[in-house]
Amino acid sequence: MSAVTQDTAVSTGRIARVFFYLILVLFALFYMLPLYVMAVNSLKPLSEITGGNMMALPRVWTLEAWASAWSTAQIGVEPTGLRPYFLNSILMVVPAVAISTVLGALNGYILTKWRFRGDNWVFGLMLFSCFIPFQIVLIPMAVTLGKLRLAGSVPGLVLVHVVYGLGFTTLYFRNYYAAFPTELVRAAQIDGAGFFRIFWRILLPVSGPIAVVSVIWQFTNIWNDFLFGASFGGTSQPMTVALNNLVQSSTGVKEYNVHFAGAILAALPTLFVYIVAGRYFVRGLMAGSVKG
Amino acid sequence: MSGSAQADIRTRLQEWLPKLVLAPSFAVTLFFVYGFILFTILLSFTGSKMLPLWTFVGWKNYRSLWALDNWHTAIANIGVFASLYIGFSMAIGLMLAIFLDQKIRGEGMLRPIYLYPMALSFIVTGTAWKWFLDPGIGLEHILQQWGWTSFQFGWIKDGRYAIYCIVLAAVWQTSGFVMSMFLAGLRGIDNEILKAAQIDGASTWQLYRRIVIPLLRPAFMSAFVILAHLAVKSYDLVIALTGGGPGRDTELPATFMYSYTFTRNQMGIGASSAVIMLMTVAAIMVPYIYAELKEKK
Repeated sequence: MSAVTQDTAVSTGRIARVFFYLILVLFALFYMLPLYVMAVNSLKPLSEITGGNMMALPRVWTLEAWASAWSTAQIGVEPTGLRPYFLNSILMVVPAVAISTVLGALNGYILTKWRFRGDNWVFGLMLFSCFIPFQIVLIPMAVTLGKLRLAGSVPGLVLVHVVYGLGFTTLYFRNYYAAFPTELVRAAQIDGAGFFRIFWRILLPVSGPIAVVSVIWQFTNIWNDFLFGASFGGTSQPMTVALNNLVQSSTGVKEYNVHFAGAILAALPTLFVYIVAGRYFVRGLMAGSVKG
Repeated sequence: MSGSAQADIRTRLQEWLPKLVLAPSFAVTLFFVYGFILFTILLSFTGSKMLPLWTFVGWKNYRSLWALDNWHTAIANIGVFASLYIGFSMAIGLMLAIFLDQKIRGEGMLRPIYLYPMALSFIVTGTAWKWFLDPGIGLEHILQQWGWTSFQFGWIKDGRYAIYCIVLAAVWQTSGFVMSMFLAGLRGIDNEILKAAQIDGASTWQLYRRIVIPLLRPAFMSAFVILAHLAVKSYDLVIALTGGGPGRDTELPATFMYSYTFTRNQMGIGASSAVIMLMTVAAIMVPYIYAELKEKK
């Protein structure tokens, strides 16, 4: 593979290479810019932003904005800071990720190793559900959550995220298991192993990488969701909705430093996952688009 | 006798078990996705206002929808937004991928920098860009302080240009992802083909234009499909960046649907706009999924 790059590199001159580096570094700066702006300004007192320059490093370094964003900032009508909403997001994300991943694994197993007539249709229908604009389900979902008495609650949001995450988790495990030799499954079957035993003993031990991909993808998607949180969050709103309320609040002075600190707080969990397991994150993104 | 009957039930159960385990997921999908789609389609033919009402009014909502200035703004905006967003993301993604593929030192450091925005919520992205583009404290203010006193940049507060700020933030967020799709495509190209072409005397430019880029067709397809459906679904970014304003100048179909349904109590019209959004996405996604599943068989 590296031979390909070598070939093309041979024919590019020195000036061209300087140009490549220049453009690549300029774009790296462009991608880093918002993160830099957020980080630097979250560590300044407000007066240094309104009276100073956003690109400058803080003259007085302070964690006040972070403390305020976390525990005292006005979110909506309550001065609670983002802390309770962070907790809501955790309570929502953990079960939703776990349930959708387990179901996705079982579905993928069935759709590749226990094939039946029309299984491709079942999969196609589940797959399309990943891509629908969610506006099409907002109204009936509001009605249904109301009927189930789950409106405005964390369990309601868990249900929503499991339902609309199933397509992706099924896709991941299906494509992964498709490459696993079916003969092994058949052999185990002849030896008398049942459905769950085969899954537990043969498929599950090799599912580590794809399970990580699925967990990371679901975690990122659900943590970052805004539409469902804003529509069905009620009193259990997730972090993204709270951050938006914080930033858009029209009362009082705009505390830019608190907004930036809040934005980083909302981004930290997914950024952390990205830094720790970036490789799997990329794989998940790719598997969601270029399949197989 | 009873032993064999029991064994028979067991094998029967084993045969049915996979379908039984799959059934809840499939049932949930049928109900919460396709049932709900049907519900919204039916609703779009009713006179629902604040709550669903089952009084059918025919095509009235669709006629009202297409007579609304706000909807025309939303359609015009999605046209501008989608074409610029897809175009720039693909151009930047392709360029970065090709450059990175030239045996660049530090590739391992650059790639994660290009891609990290994809891990952020659009609300975070929106917050960062909202204040950075704000004329009072952001870019305009910064450059003026640095000595370029006549510099003006108030696009985000100007109804004519605010949509381009949304394009900028959206391209920032996803172009790194498009880069990694193209890079994967580039790394998958057979080395021998390129060697042969070079021996035949093809220049680097010709090599890319005539051979490499045509070979990247699948990556172009995937990138286009992903970006197009993201464009139609764009909601969070607009809310965080401009809130649909100034006025209603950056309204997109997604924000239109939400405000007509939940704040203006025009549920029938909201539902009909959602149906149009779904049809657009389906027109892009269904052929793509169909082709991919067919290939797999």
